[in-house]
Amino acid sequence: MSLVAVSFIFLVVLLCLLAPYISPHDPFEAVARRNTAPLTGNVFLGADVDGRDILTRLLWGGRISLITGVIPTVLATAVSLLIGMSAGYVGGWFDQLLMRSLDIFFAFPLVLVAIVVAGVLTPGLFTVMIAIFIALIPYIARLVRTTTLSVKTQPFIEAARASGARESVIIFRYLLPNTVAPVTVYATTLIGMMMVLGSALSFLGLGVQPPTADWGLMISEGRTVLRRAPHATIFPGIMIVLVALAFGFIGDGLRDAMDPRLRSR
Amino acid sequence: MSDLLTVQDLRKVYQIGRKGLLQARRAVTAVDGVSFVVRNGETFGLVGESGCGKTTTARLVLRLVEPTSGWIGFDGWDLLDCNKKEMRQRRREMQIVFQDPMTALNPRMSIGTSIADTLRFHGIGDSRSRVEEARTMLEVVGLSRSHYSGLPHEFSGGQCQRVGIARALILKPKLVLLDEPVSSLDVSIRAQVLNLLRTLQNEYGLTYIFISHDLTVVRKFCSTMAVLYLGKIVEEGLSDAVSREPLHPYTQALVNSVPQPDPRAPKARDLVGIEGELPSALAVPKGCRFEGRCPHRMKKCAEKEPALVDLGGNRKVACFLHSDAEAPTATIS
Repeated sequence: MSLVAVSFIFLVVLLCLLAPYISPHDPFEAVARRNTAPLTGNVFLGADVDGRDILTRLLWGGRISLITGVIPTVLATAVSLLIGMSAGYVGGWFDQLLMRSLDIFFAFPLVLVAIVVAGVLTPGLFTVMIAIFIALIPYIARLVRTTTLSVKTQPFIEAARASGARESVIIFRYLLPNTVAPVTVYATTLIGMMMVLGSALSFLGLGVQPPTADWGLMISEGRTVLRRAPHATIFPGIMIVLVALAFGFIGDGLRDAMDPRLRSR
Repeated sequence: MSDLLTVQDLRKVYQIGRKGLLQARRAVTAVDGVSFVVRNGETFGLVGESGCGKTTTARLVLRLVEPTSGWIGFDGWDLLDCNKKEMRQRRREMQIVFQDPMTALNPRMSIGTSIADTLRFHGIGDSRSRVEEARTMLEVVGLSRSHYSGLPHEFSGGQCQRVGIARALILKPKLVLLDEPVSSLDVSIRAQVLNLLRTLQNEYGLTYIFISHDLTVVRKFCSTMAVLYLGKIVEEGLSDAVSREPLHPYTQALVNSVPQPDPRAPKARDLVGIEGELPSALAVPKGCRFEGRCPHRMKKCAEKEPALVDLGGNRKVACFLHSDAEAPTATIS
């Protein structure tokens, strides 16, 4: 299943990268009558409220959506590893200080934090990424910290210390690999969710601005004509769901692949 | 025989949380003034039930845990005076084998790398020679060279323990602490591992500290033994003498609780369990620590604590039945 998901994501990424070459129309130009239904005339998936080709816009919009899902999650994971591991490893008041500050974020729903951050900055792709990046850190850092705490007390860490390992060696050679694995799995499942969040921000007008193509934005624009032209909302919606789902499956697959107990079988 | 390790009045107090906001912080004394000497080439046994401070003592000796007070002398070094760098060098000469062989190995690292890493920590050789040496070590402990790249979960507990032994011995240490090395193994594997340890000891001239709760194993394996009860040594002596003629009521109880293998053997000793439970280390009895469970308790035992007295012939015991000496009043806050 995760193989299917990987191939699907690969296909979507490829198609989005090739958008300038394979898309049938210009993403910003009206090429058909407003709200043209799918499979009519020159528009395969129909046209949106401004008469723009939906298939073309899906291809172009995928670039933005994938970027908002992947990049902030990867960056947030890196920063969280630093925060969570130092908090968990050092412990004491340092741990308390870091984690209690992050706890403040848990008082608000993730979406709300992202909305606040995005609202403060000027709308745009960069803002969406910053917002998601900041909103994600507490969640991943908390997992990193708990994982660090449990790995740190494992006898093999003490065994390494007893053998004469330096602290730096213990951290990078023994602690890190055992922490990164579960965190990577978690982060992968988050990518799909963050695409949805990015789309939500664009939908609310806090993210990418029209006329840029973005799946969330397309849903937002389509909702005004939901009854007359449901296809304008349905297709980007399907894409978001499928890609988010695929990342979830990849996370599951990674979990199995990274478990040393299952690796050799 | 010269002394390799001298431990004097070793004490470890753990501060734990307060019970209520207004109460004072509580302290647990896990190891309470333990002193012993381990001579070159001998096997020193530390016996006691779980929670008596055996493992803590081992970790204190290796400074994996910092002692609250005391003195540790190892091979001419004052261990507690060593800085981080010096301590790392000392660790080339004192290694430990852990109780649970599975969790003592990094689950994501091949067993060979785990062994070779010990050399790497001390900057010995290059990566190729380290692999070679680790493979040789695998053979020494009775595994095969081709096991190098296997992951810990692919091996049995006994095999993992052999890996743990290989890791400890690759540096050719002087002292090896064996923290219940066979307790988590099947009985059928135990003898194999113990024989291996014995062979290696003769081959490399090792000194062992063998920690166990199993008196029969200690009796067979160790030359000297000390019995720990609630963080204190209550009896010490040559292991044969101690197990044949235990002096402290606690040791007697331990010896008597070992079942006799022959059902037709004359019931020289009835199986006598010890009544009661190990008291909480939070509320150590005022007098003798064993007083509450002791079949021979006297009036005095509840008030005064007996000192560990040398009876001659390497025999020491802390019990008023054998000596009237009192321990100096404890100075724990």
